[in-house]
Amino acid sequence: MKRLSLSQAFWFLLRRDLLLAMRNRAELANPLLFFVMVITLFPLAVGADPNLLSRIAAGIIWVAALLASMLSLDSIFRSDFEDGTLEQLLLSAHPLPVLVLAKVSAHWLVSGLPLLLIAPLLAMMLGLDSDAYGVLLLTILLGTPVLSLIGSIGVALTIGLPKGGIILSLLVLPLYVPVLIFAASAIEVVSSGLPATAQLSMMLAFLFLALSLSPVATAAALKMSMS
Amino acid sequence: MFKWFVTWFHRFGSPPHFYRLAGRWLPWLTTLFVVTVIAGLYGGLVLAPADYQQGESFRIIYVHVPAAWMSMFIYVVMAFCGIVILVWRMKMAEIVLSCSAPIGASFTFLALVTGSLWGKPMWGTYWVWDARLTSELILLFLYLGVIGLYGAIDDKRVAARAVAILSIVGVVNIPIIHFSVEWWNSLHQGPTVTKFDKPSIDIRMLIPLLLMALAFQIYYVIALFQAARAAILQRERNSRWVEELVKP
Amino acid sequence: MTALLETRELTCVKDDRMLFEGLNLALKPGQILLVEGRNGSGKTSLLRILTGLNLPESGEVLWQGKSISDVGADFYEQVNYIGHHDGIKRDLTCLENLRLVQAMGKPLPISLDDALEQVNLLRFGDNFVATLSAGQKRRLALARLVVTEASLWIMDEPFTSLDKASMVLFQRMFEQHLAAGGIIVMTSHHDIEMPDSDVQRLDLSA
Repeated sequence: MKRLSLSQAFWFLLRRDLLLAMRNRAELANPLLFFVMVITLFPLAVGADPNLLSRIAAGIIWVAALLASMLSLDSIFRSDFEDGTLEQLLLSAHPLPVLVLAKVSAHWLVSGLPLLLIAPLLAMMLGLDSDAYGVLLLTILLGTPVLSLIGSIGVALTIGLPKGGIILSLLVLPLYVPVLIFAASAIEVVSSGLPATAQLSMMLAFLFLALSLSPVATAAALKMSMS
Repeated sequence: MFKWFVTWFHRFGSPPHFYRLAGRWLPWLTTLFVVTVIAGLYGGLVLAPADYQQGESFRIIYVHVPAAWMSMFIYVVMAFCGIVILVWRMKMAEIVLSCSAPIGASFTFLALVTGSLWGKPMWGTYWVWDARLTSELILLFLYLGVIGLYGAIDDKRVAARAVAILSIVGVVNIPIIHFSVEWWNSLHQGPTVTKFDKPSIDIRMLIPLLLMALAFQIYYVIALFQAARAAILQRERNSRWVEELVKP
Repeated sequence: MTALLETRELTCVKDDRMLFEGLNLALKPGQILLVEGRNGSGKTSLLRILTGLNLPESGEVLWQGKSISDVGADFYEQVNYIGHHDGIKRDLTCLENLRLVQAMGKPLPISLDDALEQVNLLRFGDNFVATLSAGQKRRLALARLVVTEASLWIMDEPFTSLDKASMVLFQRMFEQHLAAGGIIVMTSHHDIEMPDSDVQRLDLSA
């Protein structure tokens, strides 16, 4: 029998990871709850002045999304690393970057996509200008996959370390800066009535760049971590 | 020429050769450094005329600008070493990469401190979210990430491969980060006083600046050689040539 | 017959300790290599270097005369590696695990029920791995050998937590693999009895 084609292997692994995520439903809600809680902290810290909140709403939502996405990164490879499945994936005849892309995609579907669903609610609570809702959702749709892709490099580099968590944030957060800048700016620009085409095009470019480069880097880092 | 380069590359790539060669070069480099740094400082602090806008306080550029240049240059050197490590698994590249990171971080820190000292007379405060300073701060984080990751992995050969990947990822991101921050800055603050991009700089100001840049380059090589020599001894402590070397 | 798997001047260094140096091996179809030695003598390191998971300090591993890093997918298709970890997922059932194994390798045309029967797990097909005992998990991990078509089996202590009967079962399976022209490299603390096979031994402590 011939081995699966590349796309079949990709979909197989993606489906397996989604199945595993569904079987651990309790963990699915954690990044989402974290996202909501961080956003709740801001009005408590800076005061409930509606003008102030609506002015900084874009920044708050994006900083919270960034942190939530970073916290969930570890789960991309953790369980596969611990039970030896990762070793077997490295020894698979399929190219590792493709398998990595499948795993990162599954991870984004269960951790990034839910942010998209809850973001309008939070935007409403912070009093974000209602014209900006569409762009807010677009930035999350374009931006969070980039966070997962870049983050996967950091996780792959630190997966074998006993205290990988804290160093992971040190590695990954500086690389998140461009996404944060353009996403927050897109929302802000739209709230003030200007088009955000430039920002959104940049984010699209980041997404393509991350899609093409980061699985290769992650694969190299995983090989390094497993040796 | 190419053949000469290859032999040179191989000699430099072997730790004992590097150790001896670096040891022989160090006194000469130190002399050269002292001469250029004295000439550069004298030219910059005494001979160069005061700036017509900023007065005497502009003279900090003789430290700030070379330090900022070095901070980027060293990261590029690290990424280059990273490629050499991943492709040829060369030991010396591992040592150069791991020893460069703290030096690069120090230059970045120096650029940040001098930049904020300069900010006081310029803007009336030690820190503003100026594009250049912000980029420099993020660059410092990138350096600290490399240092932290290298320190966290016990097996130093594995650690070297990890930071090789990280510095290549970083060097791809630096232009993007730099561009994003510039763009962010232009959006939020409007045009600030541009500090460096003078249409024409007086030749009496420029020459000391270039001398200082050269001095900083030499200083980097000196610091790198010394750190690398120590790292070589530590890594090769079980080999015969080190045993013979340290024998009284 | 020419050697399928060879090593040239393999040297392995771990934490400043030279584990082995200048190791030359050649394995032909039908041969089994038992790697022996004290704890920490580099058995696991050698096995992982043979799979390509670890890199040697110097030297290379050849598959059909070519370096494994150059061969790539065609080599990995031929390797089955059983490590310390079982490489199976707790939250999947036995059948789901085997399907994953087949998807990632080169599947054999065998029904998964037959495969489970061969390792005495037929009744457990739809059970979650989390509910299995350690020995049953190990048997499921070894079922990887039955469902994929690989000529090189590299196994690190395959008999861990197996009972006597299962050990005999798997040794018969190994003998069949060798008789069909396969190659095995393994470590084991247990004595193995495979009288009809071409058994070679390598002692790393020596």
